[in-house]
Amino acid sequence: MATEMNTATKNPVYRRRLLAHRIGITMSVCAMGIGLAFLAWILFTLLYNGLGGLSATLFTADTPAPGTPGGGLRNAILGSVMMVGLSTLISTPVGILAGIYLAEYGENNKFAQVTRFVTDIMLSAPSIVIGLFVYAIYVAKVQHFSGYAGTIALSLIAIPVVVRTTDNMLRLVPASLLEAAYALGAPHWKVALTVRLRAVKAGVVTGVLLAVARVTGETAPLLFTALNNQFYSHDMNAPLANLPVVIYTYAMSPYDDWRSLAWAGALLVTTTVLLLNILSRTLFSQKTPN
Amino acid sequence: MNQAMLNTTPTPAAAKAKTIEIEGLNFFYGKTQSLKNVSLDIHAKQVTAFIGPSGCGKSTLLRTLNRMYDLYPGQRAEGKIMYRGGNILDAGVDVNMLRAKVGMVFQKPTPFPMSIYDNIAFGVRLYENLSKGEMDERVEWALKKAALWEEAKDKLSKSGLSLSGGQQQRLCIARGVAVKPDVLLLDEPTSALDPISTAKIEELISELKQDYTITIVTHNMQQAARCSDYTAYMYLGELVEFGETDQIFMNPARKETQDYITGRFG
Repeated sequence: MATEMNTATKNPVYRRRLLAHRIGITMSVCAMGIGLAFLAWILFTLLYNGLGGLSATLFTADTPAPGTPGGGLRNAILGSVMMVGLSTLISTPVGILAGIYLAEYGENNKFAQVTRFVTDIMLSAPSIVIGLFVYAIYVAKVQHFSGYAGTIALSLIAIPVVVRTTDNMLRLVPASLLEAAYALGAPHWKVALTVRLRAVKAGVVTGVLLAVARVTGETAPLLFTALNNQFYSHDMNAPLANLPVVIYTYAMSPYDDWRSLAWAGALLVTTTVLLLNILSRTLFSQKTPN
Repeated sequence: MNQAMLNTTPTPAAAKAKTIEIEGLNFFYGKTQSLKNVSLDIHAKQVTAFIGPSGCGKSTLLRTLNRMYDLYPGQRAEGKIMYRGGNILDAGVDVNMLRAKVGMVFQKPTPFPMSIYDNIAFGVRLYENLSKGEMDERVEWALKKAALWEEAKDKLSKSGLSLSGGQQQRLCIARGVAVKPDVLLLDEPTSALDPISTAKIEELISELKQDYTITIVTHNMQQAARCSDYTAYMYLGELVEFGETDQIFMNPARKETQDYITGRFG
């Protein structure tokens, strides 16, 4: 038997195939390595520059005037939490309901096909365009920037994400499960909500978490809608401080303390997004429809 | 056929009364005709088996009896299926009510993503307003009917998916009987199960037929011979022969039936 194995490696066809296999594997691993290396580099740089700025004052003090010691990011964190929170509250029901509609009625329905197409376009729409849009239809009309305008912009970015993931997850539910519910005489809406949706609720929650992760880091739309606010405020109807815009402004400034705050803010945002992604992955892997 | 007809219990009749009468049924998947002029009777409180090689139309025939094909555009049935005095293929029939009276268990066990208790209560809650105590009783009754009570009584709040394959199928049967239908349609209920679970379910079928009319599709001829009172042999969408099981298996009238039964073909 050992002799046969040895003679196989002398076979030129086999050796050529083995070489192709080895080249393929090496290239794949290198590609992965390059990707991972950059990710590691980014995370390391963030930690190196941002860790020094992490302290309790980050959460208790507001954004300072340049040169003032003891500043923090409290107002920016609060503003971000409020806007991301409110936009999640808006986009989750809208997105899930739209996703349900697409999955239930979207097979041969022209309207549903158009909706799906438009959702896909909006998924990849440049967020700065969304920001400009909200500026034109809302901010310019009411003549002031506001947290509400920022929320609208973030919602417009989050909704397509939730719609797409809900639609995709619902369509994964096997027809046999749905037939079993119909066979008991259950009406269409009941099957859609209590059987189909429930079967994929982990996946739907994952979609919502991914939408939250996406809007947490969006800067461009907030530039034209919520703007920024130097002071502590929870008035959503006025310019509202938020982490992405603060990072943007402070990172490009010539002041050391502002720049270190920017790094700390970047570390906070990245950690949040990373944790949300990890959470959504662990949730999803536990329960998938079989 | 209207709501009123579906709500009344049928008058007691002779043992061999007919629950469902199929007359001249034709079925189409788009342009392809898969059932050709099928006519047969399903007798009350008896087990009727549909047998035949793959693709002969036995599952198609079964699925017309509760209009399951309605879920898929492009599938249509023509002809008559008389149940409770009306043709269930008519446009005005309340399909959901029909399915509450003509239940179905599928080949692949499909527990809902809920607790065992809720799996059974789901169907009952659709049409009946029971108190907690009454629902508990119904769940226990259904699980006992499906021979699953002893194994499941301590884990009613656990997910239906936590049961083994054979148990899941018995859960689906319990779910089907819990709503107290007239007819139970079983579409190859044991083909995905091991021999021991299969034996348990065949035992179940012979007990259930005391209370329900049962129609079973099976590709296992021996199962049909063991379990059923009437057998229909189908081939390529046509009903070749229909009669009492003993007669079909021991003294078939048609040569095609004889060939299939003896394994010379199929």
